[in-house]
Amino acid sequence: MAPIHYLPSLKHVAICGGTHGNEMSGIFLVKHWLRNPTELQRDTFHATPFLGNPRAVDKCVRYIDRDLNRTFSAEFLNSKDSDIESYEVQRTWEVNQIFGPKGSFQAYDFMFDLHNTTSNMGACLIVDSEHSLLPMHMCNYIQKHYTKSSCPIFLYQLPGEETYGISSVAKAALALELGPQPQGVLRADLLAQMQSIMACALDFTDLFNKGMLFPAFKIEAHKVAQRIDYPRYSDGEISAVVHPNLQDKDFLPLKPGDPIFQTVNGEPILYEGNDITYPAFINEAAYYEKKVAFVLMEKHTFSLPALQKKF
Amino acid sequence: MTSSQVVQEVPMRRIAIFGGTHGNELSGVFLVKRWQEDGTEIQRPGLEVKPFMANPRAVEKCCRYIDCDLNRVFDADHLGMKVTDDTPYEVKRAQEINCMFGPKGGHKEAYDLIFDLHNTTANMGSTLILETTTNDFTIQLCNYIKDSLAPETCSVFLIEHPNLKYATTRSIAKYPVGVEVGPQPQGVLRADILDKMRKIVKHGLDFLHIFNTGKEFPPCTIEVYKITEKVDYPRNKNNEIIAVVHPNLQDQDWQPLSPGDPMFLTFEGKTIPYEGDSVIYPTFVNEAAYYEKNQAFIKTVKQKLSAKGVRACLS
Repeated sequence: MAPIHYLPSLKHVAICGGTHGNEMSGIFLVKHWLRNPTELQRDTFHATPFLGNPRAVDKCVRYIDRDLNRTFSAEFLNSKDSDIESYEVQRTWEVNQIFGPKGSFQAYDFMFDLHNTTSNMGACLIVDSEHSLLPMHMCNYIQKHYTKSSCPIFLYQLPGEETYGISSVAKAALALELGPQPQGVLRADLLAQMQSIMACALDFTDLFNKGMLFPAFKIEAHKVAQRIDYPRYSDGEISAVVHPNLQDKDFLPLKPGDPIFQTVNGEPILYEGNDITYPAFINEAAYYEKKVAFVLMEKHTFSLPALQKKF
Repeated sequence: MTSSQVVQEVPMRRIAIFGGTHGNELSGVFLVKRWQEDGTEIQRPGLEVKPFMANPRAVEKCCRYIDCDLNRVFDADHLGMKVTDDTPYEVKRAQEINCMFGPKGGHKEAYDLIFDLHNTTANMGSTLILETTTNDFTIQLCNYIKDSLAPETCSVFLIEHPNLKYATTRSIAKYPVGVEVGPQPQGVLRADILDKMRKIVKHGLDFLHIFNTGKEFPPCTIEVYKITEKVDYPRNKNNEIIAVVHPNLQDQDWQPLSPGDPMFLTFEGKTIPYEGDSVIYPTFVNEAAYYEKNQAFIKTVKQKLSAKGVRACLS
């Protein structure tokens, strides 16, 4: 029988909403929990809710100076240059001080980061990589216990890439990415979904802390492979839009020869890859400036070993 | 048909198509940019059609506005305001636009008609927005567009109201027509929504062209939704929203809401029903840009609007 992996219990758990100030589900849940935290209490711990980017939340924008979910890399964490006037860089230091320091023994054990997307990604669970054992077990638990919708897993880290998101401050993390929801809009259906998934994730954490043995399992997950930009004119303006056949088809197979964009004159631009691939973040509003029309993923099945708390 | 049922109007000459009145409503932004490079699609014989980016700074930043909502400042106060260093960008821009396409108030120099292209996050489909009930020509235009788009629906929203009407960018033209297509998130360009907007503009321009050739459009009656009230979210004493649009109402723009139907859902899971005493037709349900305007949705009532026949008087 495969060996059991033992990990320390999760005592310090944080839940971040409003890392992006116009993704409303997490913002409203965190505000709700700050007023009424009983929902976050479990026998073995209670989770700390906080707003990632309060100034962006006030203005209902993604960020003030730069994307807060890209500044938790060594470059920004270690630059103590007071010349840096970016609000998000200062906020990065604050968050790192409260919940980190990143990579240290004192850092929080776990952080949830709550997001929305304009893409039709459903209730997507985001983990850095399949090597993150505890978050992968948590995903497995959520998929088995939250059955109102499928919860596809997205592994975002490219090989050799440093982590840069806000939740990387903690020792382990899970991000929820729920869509489709326009920026600045709060939909009841997505709010309820996020609330239920969080309750489920906290239940898992509590059971883990209580010593439950989570057996080995196999799980399907999507691993990011490539980011695709819009076709553009020489002046940088986009010259084609996401093809109607691809719009809203996140996590569904895209085959060589399938249309991916449509020009102003109605001509399709076809996918020229050699293999079946799986797109996500299709037509995400915030990614126009990042020059990403969608990301392509590979679908894998991973085997993960059993997990139990280290006594 | 007797001649008294037909209104003679001078032919249309100058038409403008505004995009980017709100900088993050991307269908109109995208179309206007393309038409400024190649206007073949919007050219019609005898018509001067000008595509125009109304709020270029907001478009650049992909936000609704820089200082204040451009689509609310075309009233006499703002248009007549003395410009100083503190004047909001959009007020200055409104005055520029008024000089270029107005002046507002039915002046001879003003453009004949402005199509103003908008998107909404609400599930409103294709919508035309009219400012008055008394204009035969714009009713005829709506009727033509509705017929041309059938079987796809195209709703007509009437904002005529003693205190709910707002001072739109397009209101400087003799005939203002708002085009509102959704649902589309802010900052997103969807092929299907783009296609709907393009069709509305195409049929609108076709109507103007056909009208100019001297064809008579017989009297018609259209169904419109007239604004009656704006409804805010339930809020606590700190002015924070404490309930969201109920799932049964979400995406149900233009569908009847009867007394007792669910309207909001609180965080505690309590349903707040609609307590009016007659059926209303909600629209702009859960529009992103209206949170700051304290509007969860707009109540409308259905009514019929009739227009006399119209014909161009060709000399």
